[in-house]
Amino acid sequence: MERALRTRLGDGSLVEMTPSEIRADVQAGTEIGARRAKAPPLTDSELDHLVDIFASESKFSAVDMGDEIVLSFDGTGNLDSGSRVDELYSYQSHRGADMLELFNIDYSYKAIKTILSFEAQWMKTAQLNLVAPVQYGAMPDLGRYSMPDGPIPNWSELMPLGRIDEARDAQVAAISHAVEDMVFVAEGMWEAGADGLDFDTAAAAGDGDFLATLTAIEKIKSRHPDCGIELGMASEYVLGMHGELTYKGERLAGMWPKDQLRMAEAVGVTMFGPAVNVNTTKSVAWNVARACTIIKPAMEIAQIPVHPNVGMGVGGVPMSPYPPADAVSRVSRALVDILKVDGL
Amino acid sequence: MGVGDPLGMACSHALASGMGGMRTTGDLVGRMQMTRGMRLREAKAYVAGKLGVAVSDLADPIAMHDVRRDLGLGRIPVQELTYPTHAGAMEAKFRIAEVLDVPINSVQRFRDRAGLESGA
Repeated sequence: MERALRTRLGDGSLVEMTPSEIRADVQAGTEIGARRAKAPPLTDSELDHLVDIFASESKFSAVDMGDEIVLSFDGTGNLDSGSRVDELYSYQSHRGADMLELFNIDYSYKAIKTILSFEAQWMKTAQLNLVAPVQYGAMPDLGRYSMPDGPIPNWSELMPLGRIDEARDAQVAAISHAVEDMVFVAEGMWEAGADGLDFDTAAAAGDGDFLATLTAIEKIKSRHPDCGIELGMASEYVLGMHGELTYKGERLAGMWPKDQLRMAEAVGVTMFGPAVNVNTTKSVAWNVARACTIIKPAMEIAQIPVHPNVGMGVGGVPMSPYPPADAVSRVSRALVDILKVDGL
Repeated sequence: MGVGDPLGMACSHALASGMGGMRTTGDLVGRMQMTRGMRLREAKAYVAGKLGVAVSDLADPIAMHDVRRDLGLGRIPVQELTYPTHAGAMEAKFRIAEVLDVPINSVQRFRDRAGLESGA
């Protein structure tokens, strides 16, 4: 009889599973990921390696020496100790961050536009005091432009009423506002010395959100070719809130990481961050197998570095603000070993 | 990466798979990714070539401490060792721009606003 090992569910809680049960979970995870994303399942040797990583009660797991990757730390800091620049310094000097990101707790370009001079001053101070590259990050956040928070009729209210054309028109109107705000903030941050911009949780409001982000990035890169641009996605596929929006003739709704990456490369993004959501009722092993399956097609065509999102509740990391190191380290190792990611 | 408490999230990833930031050359490889869009293998090879070291040394804090000292790329002061007479912060970024042969936005702004000649 097999001995049961302690492992984790997607909510971080401990469960006991035998190695055979873990194997069955990674098999199921890759199959459902392959079905959803229309991607090939992981190979037998890749599944074997995942089982090796997860069928162990060691407190920590790590990549081989020489296989280390770059950590990009979007949303750097915990906002609980000193100024934001103090926190950036702490992450640079005490937590092994390879890149840093200045951010505001109101993580939206629309909000940042109103306090840009204040934020840009912090960027200048950060740049004077830090060595590691520092980008500024926020969300495109298209939903903020709809009523009651913004000036545009609320498409989420119009759609249930069957007013589809009006809902679509509203999203198109919101896109122009969002693009203007993102470019405005980018100009201020570039003037203050930023190394780059992060457009985080892009497509959170669907295909309109994604189109606004791509359009803004294209404008920024045309003006500042040396500006780094990280595009981090909100979830594994692009929701069709509009449904008919296209970029360079390609429909954005329904895109999975491989196609999201192609769009990112087309507008000049320098780092791409796919996001695969976690199922909290399934094991971390199941979630990692599924995440690897969904992201792998993007890795195979990537021309730019790919940093999958591995924060709370994405990429296989448990949905907890205090994630256990045994689970986080296994996710970190698995994504590097299986996908050969450029960073996390 | 993403959000979570610093020990559980940031430190776990850093120890499990990270290059080590300024303890090694993670910040330099990261800079080539962020601003030049280089994939990991290309970025590591580029940085190793500019530093004159093997790619396998890039994540070794013992080897890279001396390389960063010799090239003035900035190091992390600790209780036992401080570096007030060596390059740090913006000073180190001037050196990084030169050693890696890449423009750094904040360095160029500093040079312009301080009235320094290009390359000074």
